[in-house]
Amino acid sequence: MNVYVNGAEERIPSPLSVSDFLKEKEIVSRNVVVEYNGVILKSDEYGSTSLKESDRLEILRILGGG
Amino acid sequence: MLDHLEIGGEKLLSRLFTGTGKYSSDQLIPAVAKASGTQVITVALRRLDFASKDYNMLDLIPPGIKLLPNTSGARTADEAVRIAELARAAGCGNWVKIEVISDNTYLLPDGYETARATEILAERGFHVFPYINADLYVARSCRDAGAAAVMPLGSPIGTNRGIRCTEMIRILIDQIDLPVIVDAGIGKPSDAALAMEMGAAACLVNTAIASADDPVLMGEAFRNAVNAGRKAYLAGQGAVREKACASSPLTGFLDGI
Repeated sequence: MNVYVNGAEERIPSPLSVSDFLKEKEIVSRNVVVEYNGVILKSDEYGSTSLKESDRLEILRILGGG
Repeated sequence: MLDHLEIGGEKLLSRLFTGTGKYSSDQLIPAVAKASGTQVITVALRRLDFASKDYNMLDLIPPGIKLLPNTSGARTADEAVRIAELARAAGCGNWVKIEVISDNTYLLPDGYETARATEILAERGFHVFPYINADLYVARSCRDAGAAAVMPLGSPIGTNRGIRCTEMIRILIDQIDLPVIVDAGIGKPSDAALAMEMGAAACLVNTAIASADDPVLMGEAFRNAVNAGRKAYLAGQGAVREKACASSPLTGFLDGI
C-alpha cells in the first residue's frame, strides 16, 4: 500500500504499524515526534497504530535554531 | 550583584538566551552553553532527514537548561500552534517562541498572526514568547493575549546589524509590563550591553555567537556584556549633559594657570 511520509509517497508492506515503520527505517523513536493524519501520536501509541492506504505520516525532529 | 529574571515560572540568573542554529559544528554547543552561562536555549523543529536520523540535538544541550523551541517555518497562527504542540510532544516542555513569518527577504514577523497564536497557546498552558517588531500595539496585543514576555527584534534575523530600532524598544520597555527580550540582529557584545543598559530583561543571541571565528570565546564575551549591561541598568546611569561639567575641583589651581 501507499502512504505519505513527510509529504512524499512511499510504498510499504501491509500490515505495518507506526512502530514497525520506524524500526524498518532504523529511526530511534526518542529522537522524533510523529504526527499521524494530523494528530500527534504518543510514543506508546506507535505499536497500536496500523498504517492504512493513503495515511499521512509526519516524522519530525529537533534541530538547531534561533 | 545581579538580580534574578523571573519568567515563565522560572527564576534565572543568566539574562543571555542563546540559539543553536548555524554552528559550523553542533558539537560546539555544549562548550558555548558553558562559556556563555546561558540558562535558556532555543531550538527548531523540522521534518526528519532520513540521512541523519540518529541525531538528537537535545543530547547536546546540558541538563538543567530551559528549552525554548521556536515555531520557525510557520506562516500562519495555526501553523505556529501545530509546531508548538509538536515541540511539546518532542520533549521541549511548555515554553515556546512564536515566529510567524511570511516575508522571506527580511524575515519580519506578522504581528496579527503572532498575537493570535500567542492567545491560543497561552490558553493551552504554554509560556509564550512572541517574536515581534518593536511595535507598541503588537506588544500590547501579545501581552493581552497572555504572553510571558515580548521579543522585539533589534534588526532583521541573522544580519548582525545591531539594534536599529533603539527608540521603539525603549518605548516597549517603558510601556509593557512584561520582560522585554531583545532578539535578532544583535551582532556584537556591545549591542547586547546597550539593550541591557536600556532595561531589557534579556537578550537572545544566535548568529553573532555561532558565526564568530571562536564561538566559545564569543559566548563568554556576550555573557560579560549582558552582565555588565544589567549591572549598569541596576546602578542607574548618571545624567547626560550638553556642556562640560568638570570632574576635578575648579579651585586650588597653581598660580598662573
